Amino acid sequence: MITQAAIATFDSLDLDCGVTLAPVDVAYETYGELNAAKSNAILIEHAFSGDAHAAGDDGWWANMIGPGKGFDTDHYFIICANVLGGCRGTTGPGSVNPATGCPWAMAFPPITIADMVRLQKKLIDDFGITQLLAVAGGSMGGMQALEWAVAYPNSVRAALPIATTARHSAQQIAFNEVGRQSIMADPDWNDGNYYDQRPPARGLSVARMVGHITYMSDESMRQKFGRRVRAGQNKFEVESYLQYRGSQFVERFDANSYIYITRAMDSYDLTQRGSLPKLFENIKTRFLVLSFTSDWLYPAYQSLEIVSALRSRNCDVAYCNLTSQYGHDAFLVEVNEQTELVRGFLASTFREATA
Amino acid sequence: MGVREIYGRSDYAIIGELVEPGTRVLDLGCGAGELLAWLKENKKVDGRGVEMVSADVQKAIARGVSVYQGDLEPALEDYPDRAFDYVILSQTLQQTQHPLKVLRGMLRIGRRAIVAFPNFAHWRVRMAHLSSGRSPQTELFPYEWYDSPNIHFLTVLDFEHLAHKEGWNIQRRVFLAGHRSVTVLPNLMAEVAVFLFSAS
Repeated sequence: MITQAAIATFDSLDLDCGVTLAPVDVAYETYGELNAAKSNAILIEHAFSGDAHAAGDDGWWANMIGPGKGFDTDHYFIICANVLGGCRGTTGPGSVNPATGCPWAMAFPPITIADMVRLQKKLIDDFGITQLLAVAGGSMGGMQALEWAVAYPNSVRAALPIATTARHSAQQIAFNEVGRQSIMADPDWNDGNYYDQRPPARGLSVARMVGHITYMSDESMRQKFGRRVRAGQNKFEVESYLQYRGSQFVERFDANSYIYITRAMDSYDLTQRGSLPKLFENIKTRFLVLSFTSDWLYPAYQSLEIVSALRSRNCDVAYCNLTSQYGHDAFLVEVNEQTELVRGFLASTFREATA
Repeated sequence: MGVREIYGRSDYAIIGELVEPGTRVLDLGCGAGELLAWLKENKKVDGRGVEMVSADVQKAIARGVSVYQGDLEPALEDYPDRAFDYVILSQTLQQTQHPLKVLRGMLRIGRRAIVAFPNFAHWRVRMAHLSSGRSPQTELFPYEWYDSPNIHFLTVLDFEHLAHKEGWNIQRRVFLAGHRSVTVLPNLMAEVAVFLFSAS
């Protein structure tokens, strides 16, 4: 698989809040080869804690992206970029503010899902790609896929919003707020100014623990941990797992990015721009919308809200509620079923695009 | 006269012939999308489907057909008026909760409707009923009364009667017995009836 990793720098980016960021870096990776007509490009959107490293060793969606996989790199050119506000190479609160020479920290302007997509559009334009074959992603990645179709309907032939929503619910905002409060309650957070000292590891780790609970299901936790106790530690397996995940997360994620990106997710509400049917009025994009039966964080009704609105405008939409016990994590775990769906959907989209 | 088959189903072959090329088609209860895939390939239609069974929906999407997983009766309500040239309901009418509502819905969202259904007045059904004195079980209606998905039994005459009452314009009638088309006494001889009709 031909793989490239790079950082693109753009002069400026206008944000929804009115601020212009200048300059802006985007870390991205690509897999496969862009064809001569530039008609085989697929943008993969990562979820909240992901990054540009989607495929290959340790890639967060390595089981879905690669030669012969659902997103087949033998046929398609796959791009994945770290989101705006992130901490894995793209400009975010941990980046240096050119005006002060210090990290932005909490002086970083508030960002939105639409801002993230606007930055990606610059990257796609830079490649000379006028129309993406597809934009795909799960969870927050799905919000971006949806945003792409609404913001740039002529630039997206197909969208695959998976386990996602057009607007965050009270429950989703609530869990994110617990995470943010956990970080802010850590004295090491220091109002976000910790870049030259000890980061708020305890707060960030607890935030991640809560997150992981919401990504699983009662059933998957029962099967994975039950009431088993870790030998010699007098600790439940589930406690040990969450603590391990929490401490691992601290190694790779910035607490301020956590705050900024979760706020971007919470503020996402497509309906603020008009009813969904109205927003989908002139969309020619094909949709494959997927939800999972045990996902209680992004329940099927949220996908159905999107699908019903698309159908009311007679848009081309396929929808399936896949049976899974893995909760929200299913979009990362349920590879076999998703592979067939994605492969068939992309193949027919590509056939029609080149017909 | 013999009738072709599509995926082993002669009702599909009839419907395949009725649908004009390049049209917009919605298939209600489309199963794994066989008919839609055939219509897409051979008639270049813009096809959509509705199916309840997840495994079938997955197969259909994997085939490249845009299928929505859901119950067809509420699903009908989401589509705008005149969204399709044809709305197809094959072998499912007898399984719906509110058949008349479904048929009216089909004519709201489609310029034309195509229904195919097993004829409950076929002579074998009549014979089975008469001779056994029990709910008829035939090749066409193979279920015991307690586990049958069929909840509204109708005949060729029943449909003609309803169409007349509703003022629908029946444009084509095709009657099948096995792989042969039936031309005489359809209410007695047809196992499957296919009607192409419009609102007026």
